[in-house]
Amino acid sequence: MKSVVRKLLAHSAIRFGMSVLGLLILLAALAPWLGTVDPAAMDSANINTQAGVAGQFTLLDGTSLAHTFWMGSDNFGRDIYSRVLYGTRVSLLVGLLTAVVALLAGGLLGMLAGYFRTLDMVLMRFMDGLMAIPAILLAIALVAAMGAKLWTVIVAIAIPEIPRVTRLVRSLVLTLREEPFVEAAKALATPTPVILLRHILPNAMAPLIVQGTFIAASAVLTEAILSFLGLGLPADIPTWGNIMAEGRVQFTQYPGNVLFPALFLVPTVLAINLLGDGLRDVLDPKFAKRSAG
Amino acid sequence: MQRLLALVPVLFTVAVIVFLILRLTPGDPAAVIAGNNATNEDIDRIREQLGLTRPLLTQFMIWLGNVVQGDLGYSFYLNKPVTELIAQRIEPTLSLAAGTMLLAVLVAVPLGTLAAWRMGGWLDRILSGFAVAGFSVPVFVIGYVLIYVFAIELQWLPVQGYRRLFGASSQGLGAWAYQLVLPWCSLATIYVALIARVTRASVSEALTEDYIRTARAKGITEQMVLLRHALANAAVPIVTVVGIGIALLIGGVVVTETVYAIPGLGSLTVDAVLNRDFPVIQGVVLFFSLLYVLINLLVDLSYLWLDPRIRY
Repeated sequence: MKSVVRKLLAHSAIRFGMSVLGLLILLAALAPWLGTVDPAAMDSANINTQAGVAGQFTLLDGTSLAHTFWMGSDNFGRDIYSRVLYGTRVSLLVGLLTAVVALLAGGLLGMLAGYFRTLDMVLMRFMDGLMAIPAILLAIALVAAMGAKLWTVIVAIAIPEIPRVTRLVRSLVLTLREEPFVEAAKALATPTPVILLRHILPNAMAPLIVQGTFIAASAVLTEAILSFLGLGLPADIPTWGNIMAEGRVQFTQYPGNVLFPALFLVPTVLAINLLGDGLRDVLDPKFAKRSAG
Repeated sequence: MQRLLALVPVLFTVAVIVFLILRLTPGDPAAVIAGNNATNEDIDRIREQLGLTRPLLTQFMIWLGNVVQGDLGYSFYLNKPVTELIAQRIEPTLSLAAGTMLLAVLVAVPLGTLAAWRMGGWLDRILSGFAVAGFSVPVFVIGYVLIYVFAIELQWLPVQGYRRLFGASSQGLGAWAYQLVLPWCSLATIYVALIARVTRASVSEALTEDYIRTARAKGITEQMVLLRHALANAAVPIVTVVGIGIALLIGGVVVTETVYAIPGLGSLTVDAVLNRDFPVIQGVVLFFSLLYVLINLLVDLSYLWLDPRIRY
């Protein structure tokens, strides 16, 4: 166990990814104490303030406080810096929960398909169909059908990811079920759920964690894309995507409203992707070789 | 033929999924399909037409029967059949997608090949850095940065819009391409990252083969070694990733059309979602999925030509 941690920390991509993510989690957690105001508050006296200007911000209840507009304000007089910091919370949450939902659903379905051959045929045909629909379009259609709330957006982004997880887990189960330790467990009349959870799942963990990391990275991007298209979370929940979506209207005069959130979004996705690459190198060397070749 | 038949269950499943997505919305499906602008008569007519009072399976069969005959339904919001809407919007989307693909392949394959040739060299390192970065930047951010630099600051290229290539309002090939340079470049970035990475891996593997050593020993030029021997044998994975990347490209098209205000299928989709115009959403999803599946069929068939060892 100790050696795994040491190996992980010896990998520069993992160190970089973890540091950036750690910093972001810190920013998200400490957002209220970092010189921010209510991200949804609109101050009509501060419409389209330039970045870096120090001034007064009047909250909804009328209290006025000294405030520096580090990233300027938007056309509703909302502080971009506050919105971006609070947006970090939503973006990280969407990334994490999407990965969890996709791994749980895909993991369960993959184990069922891999272990119960009768289910396999039907389930995998369904997965083939899901994979034939371009991921973003499927997410768009799902959001359109379910409405844009936090959990619907997460589910809509997770569903297109499920077939890949299912395939991965299924192929792992198909290999693992032939292993002697599984046959031994079967010979001892171990109940099937116990075999799946105690004997097969732990051996499938490493590739799942790697896959989950990549799903989280793509979920953060997809959420931003959905929000950017105006199909994601409503504007009272600030996310990097919907800050950019609202900044889009006056991009030519005030490019900062699009570019500042991007300065957070891009390093975040990059950090998660690098973390995933690193985890793959360390935890799942077989997979790393396979995908490189 | 067998490959073609294998598509039937996939497309059938796609149809089932697209049909069921609409049923996720709460409320009367007829009212949902009719949209916000419809009258009560419209809603009754839809209910009658689609047999919405009958069991779900019958409804699906009626709907599927229409789809197979090329009837994707009717948009009450835009007062037009969905197939007609798609036909109107297809030119900008195909222009954007095909141009992007061509540009990406022309850039990525040579770069990937050179990176594999001098593995660990400066080009290789830049490219692998770019490959990770390319997957981390959303296409709309690239789009806006390019607009900011080339259209606003330098004023070399137009900010937004689309000029038709065909039809009465066409201003010719030059105007069409000039307007599309920035969208092509924005969308090509992620695609270049994807293709270059696979090209590098595939060519570098081919370069370790014995026939490369033989070719070099024969004294043929290094260019010929790379082109005729390494790249030709590395072609199958490259073509595969181009095919798989179509899904990514379609997603990117939707976003790029929004950034550059291009009136294609992507903006049709976004508008349809905003207006809750479900027949259009279903139609576009079906259309794009069919396109994706067909292109990957072509990719599969191209293996026969690229690698004569493969037989179906």
